Amino acid sequence: MQLESMYQEIILDHYKNPHGRGLRDPFEAEVHHVNPTCGDEVTLRLHLEGETIADVSYEGMGCSISQASISAMYDLVLGKSVHEALAAGEDFVTLMQAKGDLTVAEKLEDTLEDAVAFAGVSKYPARIKCALMSWMALKDASARALSTQSTPALSATHPTAPTGGTA
Amino acid sequence: MTQTVSRPDGAQQVPLPLDVEAIRADFPILSRTVRDGKKLVYLDSGATSQKPRAVLDAERWFYENVNAAPHRGAHQLAEEATGAYEAARATIGAFIGAPEREIVFTRNTTEAINLVAYALSNAATSKEPEFRTYAVGQGDEIVVTEMEHHANLVPWQQLCERTGATLRWLGLTDDGRLDLSDLATVVNERTKLVAVTQQSNILGTINPLGEIVARAHKVGALVLVDGAQSVPHQRVDVTELGADFLVFSGHKMLGPTGVGVLWGRYDVLDKLPPFLTGGSMIEVVRMEGSTFAAPPQRFEAGVPMSAQVIGLAAAVEYLQALGMDRVEEHEKALTGYALEKLAEIPGVTVIGPPDTVARGGAISFTVEGIHPHDVGQVLDDHGIAVRVGHHCAWPVVRRYGVPATTRATFYVHTGYDDIDALADGIRAAQKFFGTV
Repeated sequence: MQLESMYQEIILDHYKNPHGRGLRDPFEAEVHHVNPTCGDEVTLRLHLEGETIADVSYEGMGCSISQASISAMYDLVLGKSVHEALAAGEDFVTLMQAKGDLTVAEKLEDTLEDAVAFAGVSKYPARIKCALMSWMALKDASARALSTQSTPALSATHPTAPTGGTA
Repeated sequence: MTQTVSRPDGAQQVPLPLDVEAIRADFPILSRTVRDGKKLVYLDSGATSQKPRAVLDAERWFYENVNAAPHRGAHQLAEEATGAYEAARATIGAFIGAPEREIVFTRNTTEAINLVAYALSNAATSKEPEFRTYAVGQGDEIVVTEMEHHANLVPWQQLCERTGATLRWLGLTDDGRLDLSDLATVVNERTKLVAVTQQSNILGTINPLGEIVARAHKVGALVLVDGAQSVPHQRVDVTELGADFLVFSGHKMLGPTGVGVLWGRYDVLDKLPPFLTGGSMIEVVRMEGSTFAAPPQRFEAGVPMSAQVIGLAAAVEYLQALGMDRVEEHEKALTGYALEKLAEIPGVTVIGPPDTVARGGAISFTVEGIHPHDVGQVLDDHGIAVRVGHHCAWPVVRRYGVPATTRATFYVHTGYDDIDALADGIRAAQKFFGTV
């Protein structure tokens, strides 16, 4: 049974009891991302106070990996600067590219906290997109929120998902 | 050997028409293991089928013995390659009761549908008056159904966008059937073409095409039947079908990838302008313009996928040796057994017809409290290959209010043991995720 290597207890906990779920006001950017190969979806709102992430609120549906990933990301990025959150996102991408190499996970444990539990997902190429969806949505929302701050006339939009577009 | 015992837990194992063990021996891939030594249980033939040795041998024979570009050159290899390619066309045509001149080779079902969709929009601007016969334009309507695979939906949406025509569709009933109550209004005198699947790739439903074809022809509309999930699994005869086009893919019927078929009634094909243009589809080429060959060559631009066509003919011969009626009966027995086995598992809901009446062997289901991706992952861990997601039929999963499904599909090498493994795997998923 290799399943436990992917479905860590911590992932199943986030899946069953997601942190920060629900859409809340205020927000500067709202994005909708889909994983067109399987129909996973997330709507994510980002609220910034200056450079700091004051709230990430979301609604989504999808598999345990995609939904737990959002919850773990919420815990990790809340209170961080956008810059720090995006750096954590880069680390998460690195973790997903590790092909199950646990030394990569060990190096990233301090920066990724609970999210390092997703290391086992990197052994299953078909599931990596599930884990990455929330991070791609956050990256997209950050770019939009920051551009809204500089040009207040822009409103929240629903872009084409960089995870593969709308099917 | 065929199992005849019924187990006391309820699901009935009627004797299977096909000798599963003998057939499995013909498929090299079925002897490999997956995920640390687990026996492969392949329940994803609906996505693509595995290939028997006879198909692989046929492709190898072509490359090792006669490889040349068909319909070009006067050397011996070119003659033999042309002969083999055209003999394959005759074999594949006979399989669906069609003369060879009505068989057009495409890359797959998707390309065959696009060929027709583009021919209908190209018709509007064709210089040849005869090619404008079936032109689609503003005020015209194209009819599809809500259960179509994206391949039989998106090309028609795009045709309507290019031409200003309107797309209409027949809806679905709660038990996974086509809702034909408004057939007479949806298919009307403005309808130019009705595109409908014979067998749903997600629900398993076999559609009552006779009624649809009769209505379409009454109002002068063409009918295109998507046979991607029917031609591999049941006997299909184009004369009985009565439609104008039938499309299917080689790779879903034990054949190679990269070859599909468009069958069209000759008098219709003859009035269609080409889709892809270039070499070997022409009659006369001058710098000022060109004229085109007669069907089927008009629709086969470029050097064709010769080895794949030869491989598909070998697949057809393999299926004919088994007998398509027996293939259909075999899958019907498996479907009935699987529906009973799944019904015994609390929390499992089948999306689609609940019994084997007018139903094929694609069984989509949900497991309460577990996302299909996660069900598929646990099954994979047990060596069981299924499809998860929306199965390229997103409107269908939306219609039934589920985000996605897990789908098991059967074929000639599937036996009761595969279905028992599936049922055990689902129970293991429920145990793993703690839903029971």
